[in-house]
Amino acid sequence: MAPRVDEVKTYPVLDPARALTEPRWVRWVLIAVALSFIALFLLVPLAQVFASALDKGMGYYFNAVREPAALSAVKLTLVAAFFSVVFNSAFGLASAWAITKFRFPGKSLLITLIDLPFTVSPVVSGLIYVLLFGLQGLLGPWLKAHNLHIIFALPGIVLATVFVTFPFISRELIPLMQEQGSEEEEAAMVLGAGGRQIFWKVTLPNIQWGLLYGVILCNARAMGEFGAVSVVSGHIRGLTNTLPLHVEILYNEYDFTAAFAVASLLTFLAVLTLIAKTLVGLKYEKSRQTPAAQAESGIA
Amino acid sequence: MQKAYLYSAALLVVLGSAALASAQVTLLNVSYDPTRELYEDYDKVFADHWKKEKGQDVTINLSNGGSGKQARAIIDGLEADVATLGLAGDIDAIASKAKLLPGNWQSRLPHNSAPYTSAIVLLVRAGNPKHIKDWEDLARPDVSVITANPKTSGGARWNFLAAWGYALKKYGSEEKAREFVGKLYKNVAVLDSGARGSTTTFVERGIGDVLIAWENEAFLAVKELGKGKFEIVVPSASILAEPTVAWVDDNTQKHGTTEVAKAYLEYLYSKEGQEAVARNYYRPQDPKVAAKYAKQFPKIKLFTIDKVFGGWKKAQPAFFGDGGVFDQIYQPGK
Repeated sequence: MAPRVDEVKTYPVLDPARALTEPRWVRWVLIAVALSFIALFLLVPLAQVFASALDKGMGYYFNAVREPAALSAVKLTLVAAFFSVVFNSAFGLASAWAITKFRFPGKSLLITLIDLPFTVSPVVSGLIYVLLFGLQGLLGPWLKAHNLHIIFALPGIVLATVFVTFPFISRELIPLMQEQGSEEEEAAMVLGAGGRQIFWKVTLPNIQWGLLYGVILCNARAMGEFGAVSVVSGHIRGLTNTLPLHVEILYNEYDFTAAFAVASLLTFLAVLTLIAKTLVGLKYEKSRQTPAAQAESGIA
Repeated sequence: MQKAYLYSAALLVVLGSAALASAQVTLLNVSYDPTRELYEDYDKVFADHWKKEKGQDVTINLSNGGSGKQARAIIDGLEADVATLGLAGDIDAIASKAKLLPGNWQSRLPHNSAPYTSAIVLLVRAGNPKHIKDWEDLARPDVSVITANPKTSGGARWNFLAAWGYALKKYGSEEKAREFVGKLYKNVAVLDSGARGSTTTFVERGIGDVLIAWENEAFLAVKELGKGKFEIVVPSASILAEPTVAWVDDNTQKHGTTEVAKAYLEYLYSKEGQEAVARNYYRPQDPKVAAKYAKQFPKIKLFTIDKVFGGWKKAQPAFFGDGGVFDQIYQPGK
């Protein structure tokens, strides 16, 4: 027993600053590991995309991205992203409003369902619509009789994109609105504001940055979606190919330079989105005052 | 806000171009994987012909994918005016499962609705380092084989039957053939969903010692992708692959395109059509065009699916149906 007591006594008094940080070499190793990981898995492939895209010179590059099939893919991608942002903003606002400001039965079920698209594989998300709207599916014969096109056409591509980007905006808004509580709305109501007035003058200004942040994430995911869209697209070039699908087609046509040129367009859109996200993220954090809230926003 | 303007502008452009497109005739050709180059070429030939004949502009939209997958998409409602698939079995499926065209579709065009044929050959790396001479070598334990999944790819089904037919003739019994083909599929390193995917795996990703391929894919690889990097090995026997074409009656009636869809396929049999076929390394049916391009194609002893297997209607369920021979012999990972 005695020696152990002695040992304890011989420990030096710890410097609190040192006790809270790792030794210098551990810090350096951690930083080096993180940076080289990022370089290897993010920067090198990214640089490779642009290098391969410019493989045959600027002329070839611009021809590849200006070609009608590429332009139509850009249009389709933007249209699909636009609709998913609009639908999911409306739904995200409505669901976050309902979940955070009211108590109702089935609330936790609704929260679980919102997360469903995160857990379902995109291929399955696409197949759901084939099973529903396909010619052999539930609504297929009726759609055919009325000459309505859902899958293998724009509506199907929009639906699949909306489905996979479903949770982004509501997931962003729910914690934010939960944390803000409904006191300000209650105060507005006491002061005589109507429902619409409360929404536009109180709720929306409070959540605007969170909403915009969700919109940007939703947009980024929508533009890059491959799996679900691939299932419902029908792959008609110049008509139902989004940018990611067009990249695959060019790659399969052995036109690697053009494939990477179009991929670089997609990368360019992603980088723009990233810059917008960072700018909005900064504003967003400023708008959330409590430190706890700031820590949480890091999750997104 | 600006973003919203941009999007609505994009939307207007899309709607606008859709409206313009309806002023002329449009056909949708849903095809199998390796025909991209062929139809890009032929579509121009046909558009010129149709313009001269009828004074009408025709735009042909093209969708490519594994033959089985494309048939599935048509069955699920992809409104193809014409289906130009890798084998008759896939168009049979459209006729039987979705009833979009009559069961006797194959007798509506000459040569059993096969305007061009092809063969299944072997593609190896330059210098043939593994000394692959014939089907026999593909069952050797040291050889890694690339072919596509016969469940989704038409070409892969021809590949399978080519190997089976060879073994059947060489060993004389179904059992031996099954054993040989089983060994061959144990050597498969990557099973892509379409023929084009397999070619990319072999050519670009550099996986495998030998690619079982459509003759036209093999030519494309040798002549255009990697000059001097690959060699074609002609096996002692192979199957005559007969890709078939049909207009999809239900869809063409709905679109009012039956006449132009029919003409599109019939013109494939014309001299100009057959020239386009041969230019893209498919074997033409027209004897004159065939003679002109005879030097281009290696001489192979070809057997037909009708003679050895009794046609697709028999071979499809027996070999590639659920629980069929392919399911019995191919167990991934074993």
